[in-house]
Amino acid sequence: MDRNSNAYTFLFVVLLIAVVASALALTATSLQPEQAENVKNEKMQNILGTVGIEVARDSAQIPFDKYIVERIALDNNGQEKKDVNAFEVDLKKELKKNVEEQAFPLYIADIEGSKYYIVPLRGKGLWDAIWGYVALKDDVNTIKGAVFDHKAETPGLGGEITQMWFKKAFDDEKILDESGNFVGVSVVKGYQGGDNKDDNAVDAISGATITGDGVTDMISERLINYLPYFKNNTNVKVAFN
Amino acid sequence: MAENKNLTKKEDLILFLSDTDEREGLLGKKNRKLLSDPLTDNNPITVQVLGICSALAITVKLEPAIVMSLAVMAVMAFSNMIISLLRNLIPSRIRIIVQLVVVAALVILVDQILKAYAYDVSKQLSVFVGLIITNCIVMGRLEAFALGNGVYKSFLDGIGNAAGYAFILILVAFFREFLGFGKLLGYQIIPDSWYEAGYSNNGLMLLSPMALITVGLIIWVQRSRSRQLIEQN
Repeated sequence: MDRNSNAYTFLFVVLLIAVVASALALTATSLQPEQAENVKNEKMQNILGTVGIEVARDSAQIPFDKYIVERIALDNNGQEKKDVNAFEVDLKKELKKNVEEQAFPLYIADIEGSKYYIVPLRGKGLWDAIWGYVALKDDVNTIKGAVFDHKAETPGLGGEITQMWFKKAFDDEKILDESGNFVGVSVVKGYQGGDNKDDNAVDAISGATITGDGVTDMISERLINYLPYFKNNTNVKVAFN
Repeated sequence: MAENKNLTKKEDLILFLSDTDEREGLLGKKNRKLLSDPLTDNNPITVQVLGICSALAITVKLEPAIVMSLAVMAVMAFSNMIISLLRNLIPSRIRIIVQLVVVAALVILVDQILKAYAYDVSKQLSVFVGLIITNCIVMGRLEAFALGNGVYKSFLDGIGNAAGYAFILILVAFFREFLGFGKLLGYQIIPDSWYEAGYSNNGLMLLSPMALITVGLIIWVQRSRSRQLIEQN
């Protein structure tokens, strides 16, 4: 067959693609269990990280079972959805639904008598999804700790949201303003507040304004759905509209 | 290829696999040269100035640099082999696309394996694993070597060039992690007493420009040692 003919070229491409595609499909399927295990362990590691428990990814299961005493899924009125497994909830899918139909996972940690509420977050960065977890102390106002991660933010700019110095800034920040209204925590460019923990704001990353805004938005947009639950189930007065 | 017509099938196969016009061992002089040249006088980074982008992006620490080097080595060795195997079958009009498909498939394989067995490293390397596809060294060697040489030689050429790339990457990462963090592979090397005496890590080493400056210094050292590399004008 003439190697420069169209028919040969076409045949060659079809064969090549068939071989490559089946090889890739085979690998992806056979490695899937290990990859899923890594993702699951990392999720537990991140949740524990918000309440100050640092563990290796592979050994996250035991402390997770020990400290995370409750995993519940809520609807946006604060009612528990009994038929939903909170840990299995995929926020990526939930976010595509109407707010009334979404499940809102909530993890409750008990560490030596102190109770913490851990809320998963997910939103948009500059290039792709960003997500994280934020732990609230039992006043449901003060942040105990936060972790963030991202799919494809620019390394060195938006990618810095995973760094310790950025996460640390959220410790002890408040999500309610002085009169008790829900405002969240804003990532602010040119932040002048220093160590002020009562201004509902932290310093932004230079060169990563859109990623920072994404963090601000995902905190307020996700947390507001948990307020009915906090209002009904804690003795803290939460004013919100 | 007219003179090949009288060859027997066996001779044809030998020619196809090794492309050998000289009889030499597996690691004869010429084959050794394929491995050693890219490490020194034909280094892909310092002499051909290819693959610079990843050299600055992932050399902040040693560990990702080493993993990136291994990933590039696997991709280069196997893509060189596959393209060399197919070199008499690939329609020349679409050869670049075929090369891209082969490289992309291998990169996805590497990425999937890292995600399953070296998850933390795969997160650190993030987009740069995918960017191996665009690493000019890979495509450059396919086009310049694998399309015209036997399978075994192409394999050696891939390993050699990836080793040349790895050598520079690891050297740069060594200096950046050592001076920038005072650590190597995550272990603290500079003793605490130095810090107490006023020594401090050089944060500038962690920024991208210092990778290029380090590569520049390596090129300077290399050229002052082998003068034939210096251009006359």
